[in-house]
Amino acid sequence: MTQIRNLIDENGKRIDGRGADELRTVKITVGAVKNADGSAFIEFGKNKILAAVYGPREVHPKHMALPDRCVLRCRYHMVPFSTDTRKNPAPSRREIEISKVMRESLEPALMLQDYPRAAIDVFVEVLQSDGGSRCAGITAASVALADAGISMHDLVASCAAGKVDNRIVLDINDEEDKEGQADMPVAYMPRLEQVTLLQLDGRLAPEQFDECLEKAIGGCKMVYEIQKQALMQRYFGNETELREEVQ
Amino acid sequence: MSSSKRSTIIVEHLRKQQMWDALSRGKRLDGRDFSETRPLVIETDVIKKANGSARVKLGDTEVIAGVKVDTGEPFEGLENKGALIVSAEVLPTASPYIEPGPPDEEVVELARVVDRGVRESEMIDLEKLVLVPGKIVYTIFVDCSVLNADGNLFDATSYATVAALLTSKLPVFEMQDEKVADSGNTQPMPVTSMPVSITAARIGDYVLIDPSAEEEACMDSRITITTTEEGFCATQKGYTGSFTPDQIKKAAEAATIKGKDVRAKLKGLEVNNG
Repeated sequence: MTQIRNLIDENGKRIDGRGADELRTVKITVGAVKNADGSAFIEFGKNKILAAVYGPREVHPKHMALPDRCVLRCRYHMVPFSTDTRKNPAPSRREIEISKVMRESLEPALMLQDYPRAAIDVFVEVLQSDGGSRCAGITAASVALADAGISMHDLVASCAAGKVDNRIVLDINDEEDKEGQADMPVAYMPRLEQVTLLQLDGRLAPEQFDECLEKAIGGCKMVYEIQKQALMQRYFGNETELREEVQ
Repeated sequence: MSSSKRSTIIVEHLRKQQMWDALSRGKRLDGRDFSETRPLVIETDVIKKANGSARVKLGDTEVIAGVKVDTGEPFEGLENKGALIVSAEVLPTASPYIEPGPPDEEVVELARVVDRGVRESEMIDLEKLVLVPGKIVYTIFVDCSVLNADGNLFDATSYATVAALLTSKLPVFEMQDEKVADSGNTQPMPVTSMPVSITAARIGDYVLIDPSAEEEACMDSRITITTTEEGFCATQKGYTGSFTPDQIKKAAEAATIKGKDVRAKLKGLEVNNG
């Protein structure tokens, strides 16, 4: 593969100045959509993504209802101005696939049997896209589900690892995704030690597969801490605020 | 919108119990070991109207793939590469649970996972398929039709796609007076590597290679891993359950080992085709 420029410099720094094991800046705001039952806004590098959860609520159309558990519905969508060239607002094959894998990555965390005959709708809107938007979307959706008070076994944290300039690095950004050699998005439930999303685009040598998987899981654990902090902040505030409330 | 739904194939409780009993004894209902694939039969050049074609039987799952080559504009951002698109449909003949209509999310996923394997492995040297750089390139359509569905459509469709591409005869197009003309000659496809996908299903703690429809109806989660001669090139976890990191690493190992057998079989086709 012809490389136009080096994606990692001689000091081991990546094009955005990060080291190999460094996450981009992640900021999660819980409760960003007033009308939703649960919501979260995530800034993951340059990604700006809104996740809103409605439900459990009645299922329409009714024949979709399941007698023994809740229906989980999920839509990943990019708004037309979120990309370099305008994106057609109609769902693309890519978005249909991501909606599916996203739903399947969240479902293992949810106790859907608690809400038979109901539906939970998860809407993920990408307002500005960067590399790893599905990971950021899953991370935000999981926080939004927790914010909606849905019974969960664990939060789902998501992060990618990949291969850039023949090196395995954490959390691939847009340029690294386009010009790099491999991208492996992973979602993980750290408390249960279960992988709920795993995809790979690009070439990895046999020994690099395990390395990449381990690195991505490590990234998920970092994201998990940020998710927990964001929820703590929303529900318990910081200590000074708490003290003020008591007074 | 993506939605969880009822399992379309209902496996009776007794049958499920039988499956669990068999699995606890290290066997599957059809007598296979956990890591054993079903018999694979590949026939090529079955459709003369196509530039290449293959009919694959993996157990009772049957898929036919056809390659059609034309010329057109390159993809945006890939101006100096030919265009290659894999699509798939599950025909209503395939099972009593399929209805005609636009592809649902499962079929979109199937096509995209097969496409990803071919694309990421760089199986076809697309840079050799350019007529006028940035303007006119070869466009290769691989369309796959599932004729009978008995589980593991991912691998069957992937093998059919690879077999059809391997044995395709590429028409030689030429530019004459700024127009594309078919010279009437053909050349072999510029193949550089051979992607092979191996799919496994997890039922409880058991991980089974090449799941049948019945096994898929009982599975918790599914994983498809595509390898080339050199390593891994694509992966997709599917379905509503999860995997432990250990189960994934074992599946990756199995994909490497089993992939070799299938690759040897596909290599045979290439040689026969000359």
